[in-house]
Amino acid sequence: MIVLLPAFAIAAALLVFGVIVAFAGVSPVDVWTLLFKGAFGDWYSWQNTLQRSAPLMLTALCVALPAQAGLVIIGGEGALVLGGLGCAAFAQLVPLPANIVGTVMVCIAGAMAGAAWIALAGALRQWRGINETISSLLLAYIAIGLFKHLVEGVLRDPASLNKPSTHALPDGMLISGIGGSDVHWGFVIGVVACILFALWLRWTPSGFSLRVVGGNPRTAQLVGLPATKLVLLACALGGACAGTAGAIEVAAVHTNANASLVSGYGYAGILVAFIARQQPIAIVPVAILFGGFGAAGSLLQRRLGLPDASVLLLQGIAFVFILASEALRGTDWLAFWRKVFGIEVAA
Amino acid sequence: MSIRYTRRDSLKSLAALGAAAASPLAFAQKPLTIGVIYVGPRDDYGYNQAQAEAAALVKKMPGMKVVEEENVPETAAVQKTMTGMIAQDGATLLFPTSFGYFDPHMLVVAQKYPDIRFAHCGGMWTEGKHPKNTASYFGYIDECQYLNGVIAGHMSKSKKLGFIAAKPIPQVLRNINAFTMGARSVDPKIVTTVIFTGDWSMPVKEAEATNSLADQGVDVFTMHVDSPKVIVETAAKRGKMVCGYHASQAKLAPQAYLTGAEWNWLTAYMTFIDAAKAGKPHPNFVRGGLKEGFVKMSPYGPAVGDAAKKMADGIKAQMVADKFDLFKGPLKDNKGATVIAAGKTFKQTDIELEKMNYLVEGVVGSAS
Repeated sequence: MIVLLPAFAIAAALLVFGVIVAFAGVSPVDVWTLLFKGAFGDWYSWQNTLQRSAPLMLTALCVALPAQAGLVIIGGEGALVLGGLGCAAFAQLVPLPANIVGTVMVCIAGAMAGAAWIALAGALRQWRGINETISSLLLAYIAIGLFKHLVEGVLRDPASLNKPSTHALPDGMLISGIGGSDVHWGFVIGVVACILFALWLRWTPSGFSLRVVGGNPRTAQLVGLPATKLVLLACALGGACAGTAGAIEVAAVHTNANASLVSGYGYAGILVAFIARQQPIAIVPVAILFGGFGAAGSLLQRRLGLPDASVLLLQGIAFVFILASEALRGTDWLAFWRKVFGIEVAA
Repeated sequence: MSIRYTRRDSLKSLAALGAAAASPLAFAQKPLTIGVIYVGPRDDYGYNQAQAEAAALVKKMPGMKVVEEENVPETAAVQKTMTGMIAQDGATLLFPTSFGYFDPHMLVVAQKYPDIRFAHCGGMWTEGKHPKNTASYFGYIDECQYLNGVIAGHMSKSKKLGFIAAKPIPQVLRNINAFTMGARSVDPKIVTTVIFTGDWSMPVKEAEATNSLADQGVDVFTMHVDSPKVIVETAAKRGKMVCGYHASQAKLAPQAYLTGAEWNWLTAYMTFIDAAKAGKPHPNFVRGGLKEGFVKMSPYGPAVGDAAKKMADGIKAQMVADKFDLFKGPLKDNKGATVIAAGKTFKQTDIELEKMNYLVEGVVGSAS
């Protein structure tokens, strides 16, 4: 039932979407075929889908981990851009070995920048009583402002004339594709992070404590759990994930930090986390589904000339259906049909 | 090196294409598939629409297939769109049109596909540094901004002009300076106040900037943002006049719209398409202005007076005849320093102009 319900929801969404495109004069069968082909049709499409999903797993964790402690953090975008900035700035200011060691170090720098930023939202909540949803969102705006200020200011590579950027990472520090494919190692890091955090939450005392804090903070304090520390830890870990996503974007895709990094991965991660019901392990398939929509949407635009908005529409319908289908979980179907039947008989 | 490509040449090649289609031989030819990638929506009344208008014209030509994708961010997504166009759609000539697509995205994909031709809008293709199957094209639209300035200078009563721009980068500064110099050629008392919004698509800030400048007495606006729609509509609502940019926004405010600096990308597109069709080497660095038909002016709006039209048309004729230089000394920046010494003249093709980092005298604002 865990997989069946979302699968039905997606099928229903595809059906509704088919009706909509039919009204727009496009054959639904063509659309369905292209959607599948674009997202999962062949190895090329799979690479496309998986690559798109890589940053989303980490930004979704930035929502899902604090959610375990009962926080709604939506400022992952800020942690991501600062992660990218931390990565590029660290490489620019500190002489590092231009190999895998350097790569790990700049990724850690990015993770720390992201961790500090989201921990700040947690600290403001724990010590100053400021709503973390609002503060993390506002902090994201500040982070983007700070990012642009530094990238267009002191950290700017003077050679980047019309597109202000930091200096590029040395070639040896760049992250390459896995085994010659287009999917870079960021995807593996995302999957591993999701699995590790799922295990941590399920099987360790600290993970369990965190869930107790999220379940009932008063009880947690009553039994002597360090609620504030755990909240800050969850925020920092979430921020570290988003920061790592930013660092990987720099090291695997952009080679330097520039405004193209601010592309909404942080916000997309919120959606992924909520669809995954804040469960780290569920983030993996949801992020891949999300990547699939992106890949399929690309093909749909090119082949049928449909506007970009049409894929957003499908995505929206699919996610509303998935969320709505959750309401059906645990339904006693026998009783349901008996009731429906009963009403019919009574009428 | 700039490739001189006139509108007449492009008409000739269009005619040739038509003739080719009429002959039975054309059926033997495989259609050329081109891919065009936009960073925003195709109907933004701005940067992307200007590209999409050219793509739409190419689409109507015989023997051409065009695949398009809009709203593609400058991330791994655009690399995937490019490889998808090549692998899934069979495109052999790609037009990634956003500035941020150039480095690293287009260069990465171009390296993997040495047989595919790439033509990027706005970038600085450099011999020896960038692969031969890549190229950059751009237009000297500052010429049109100068003419915008001439019209604005004539029409402004308050002698205060407004320029709303995204970022203080060379391509933008060049337009602000040209516009201001055009206006001050009419009346040296005119000043242009510039507001930078910080990014290419910031509709809320653009509206705020327009209102704030209108409050300060600015009565003619122009801009350099991806979609001028919000600025044009806001200015018109405030009873102010506008000179457009990128594409024509006349439809949005027929009365307030004076004229506009528009791209004519078909000229650039045909340069690459003709070379690809003929199997000639890929033209790597393609530039042109009014003379070459890379840029054009919107038709004058009903408010524009005859004196303004006469002066602007006169200068335009000189530009087309290559007898008018925008950036020549002595030229001072708005801090009083001389940026171009007396006697020194920069031709439009001069790379030095693509590094501009100052605002000229008469501009209120800061380039850093």
